[in-house]
Amino acid sequence: MKPVIKVTGLTKTYGFGDTAVHALRGVNLTVLPGEYVAIMGASGSGKSTLLNMLGCLDVPTSGEYELDGFPVSELNERQLSLLRNRKIGFIFQSFNLVPRTSALSNVELPLVYSGLSRTPRRTRALAALEMVGLSERAKHLPNELSGGQQQRVAVARALVTGPAMLLADEPTGNLDRASTADVLGVFDRLNALGRTVVMITHEDEVAAHAHRVIRVDDGLIVADDRRWVGVA
Amino acid sequence: MNFLEIMRFAVRGLTANKLRSALTTLGITIGVAAVILLVAVGNGASASIAASIQGLGTNVLNVSAARGGGQGAVTRPLTTQDAHSLVDPVGAPDVKAASPVVTTTATATYGQTSYDISSVTGTEPAYFETTNRAVADGSLFTTDDVTAARKVVVLGPTTAQSIFGTAEPVGKNVLLNSIQFTVVGVLEAKGATGTQNADDVAIAPLTAVQNSLTGYGNLNQIAVQATTADSVSLAQAEVTAILNARHGIKAGGTADYQIQNSEQLLATRTAATDTFTVLLGAVAAISLLVGGIGVTNIMLVTVTERIREIGIRKAIGAPRAAILGQFLAEATMLSLFGGLLGVLIGVVGSRFTIAGIVPVIVPSSIVLAFAVSALIGLFFGSYPANRAAALRPIEALRHE
Repeated sequence: MKPVIKVTGLTKTYGFGDTAVHALRGVNLTVLPGEYVAIMGASGSGKSTLLNMLGCLDVPTSGEYELDGFPVSELNERQLSLLRNRKIGFIFQSFNLVPRTSALSNVELPLVYSGLSRTPRRTRALAALEMVGLSERAKHLPNELSGGQQQRVAVARALVTGPAMLLADEPTGNLDRASTADVLGVFDRLNALGRTVVMITHEDEVAAHAHRVIRVDDGLIVADDRRWVGVA
Repeated sequence: MNFLEIMRFAVRGLTANKLRSALTTLGITIGVAAVILLVAVGNGASASIAASIQGLGTNVLNVSAARGGGQGAVTRPLTTQDAHSLVDPVGAPDVKAASPVVTTTATATYGQTSYDISSVTGTEPAYFETTNRAVADGSLFTTDDVTAARKVVVLGPTTAQSIFGTAEPVGKNVLLNSIQFTVVGVLEAKGATGTQNADDVAIAPLTAVQNSLTGYGNLNQIAVQATTADSVSLAQAEVTAILNARHGIKAGGTADYQIQNSEQLLATRTAATDTFTVLLGAVAAISLLVGGIGVTNIMLVTVTERIREIGIRKAIGAPRAAILGQFLAEATMLSLFGGLLGVLIGVVGSRFTIAGIVPVIVPSSIVLAFAVSALIGLFFGSYPANRAAALRPIEALRHE
């Protein structure tokens, strides 16, 4: 099977000389389609930096990254934004919905940038909201929604383009127990439908939903546990 | 990502903070309106001066006695003979007519009505053509009337109305300083030219006025008409030569008369108002520039305030061009809307009389001000928009 993510010798250094911080020191990682991966690690371990690289939000200092077969380091800015739009659905800890814009418009936004016309856009956005169980909240503004609902809108926005994978940076970090269950339920369903999910978490209960747990420490992968593969 | 979607994002961005957008727009509006209005006022001022000088006749020279009369030199007054000597097909081929003029004031009495006429002129019939006056009612007096010193008078419309009201003036007798004159005609209205109301006059034969009102003294002026507007300077030279000879003034000597040329008058006055227009335009242009800086400032604030939003948009795949387009569209909409409003205010405002001047819109100033306001949006908006578009998604998202 062709890997969705293939990373070799990825490093990221912030700053120069004595003050340089090595956030990643050479990470090798391969994620296959349909996998459900949790990345765990202490704060400052480099897990967020790794996810930002995977989501093409940041540029590595060195190393190779192939996303669904595309050599990311060789792409220009326009191609990168196309890649972010078509291949990646990113979910943030702080939801990051566009303010003063309805849930439906937020979900439509990636489709607007991919050039889809109005009618199919609306249909697909409503289907995505249906998927996360929020179709009756389509007209609400972000500040009229609870944290869990906002995060589910963000999930709908991430999956509306039908990306190769969902990347989630502590998606339940700002949520209460019930909302956490809601969001993880959506992830489980998406993964059951064959969607690749990579998420960062520091909670074992959240990581328990994943089939593969990767531990990052001081910029390196220190454990890669696939014990849940095949259990699902 | 099409054009319409970018416009919709821009409108949404602008309406999110209506007060701020409105105030920024106001800056541009004031700038554009000021350019149009002030240039129109300056232009209106030159137009009214040009019109009033044109009204005097562009081919007219006024010869009047020099004030002060020189340093003890014998000054010779202007006489009727001086005036008649100027009409000379050989010595002065470019002079069409020369009318001797005496001016005084008089109180007119008709029945119970008494009225002070600001200008009573004694002259010859050629004066009417020289000064572009035509009769509206009745007739003008003739050379015959001058020769016979008949006491007839042609009134200006204001004078006629003040004395006779709605009654028909022609054929009536009116007393000017207790001397009886017969009204033979009423002039067409001409309007105020400068400080003097050209419609409040009484014009009578020179001889009659000298006979009964001023006495046979000096002329106040000689109104000279050149054959064409182009021959004014030639006529001026010929008049100078004839008068120098008659008054015994040697070459290089100080003349005891002065010649006023309406062309020269027009040129000086127009030069003055042109300077005035340029100054007004410059002030307005500065206010437009300040408005443009306001747009830049607000766009910079907007970009800074919305860096997170820019980060989100980039993270979900907004290309650089879409971000650039959105913020550029916002800036251009602000300034275009402000510009349109400014054009509207400028055009409407210039329909009113401002400081006694009827503004005359210069169409190119509208085009220029509007184009500049549109360019301001593109030019002053491009810097903030570029800054927004060039951000790396992760930097933008981390911004607090």
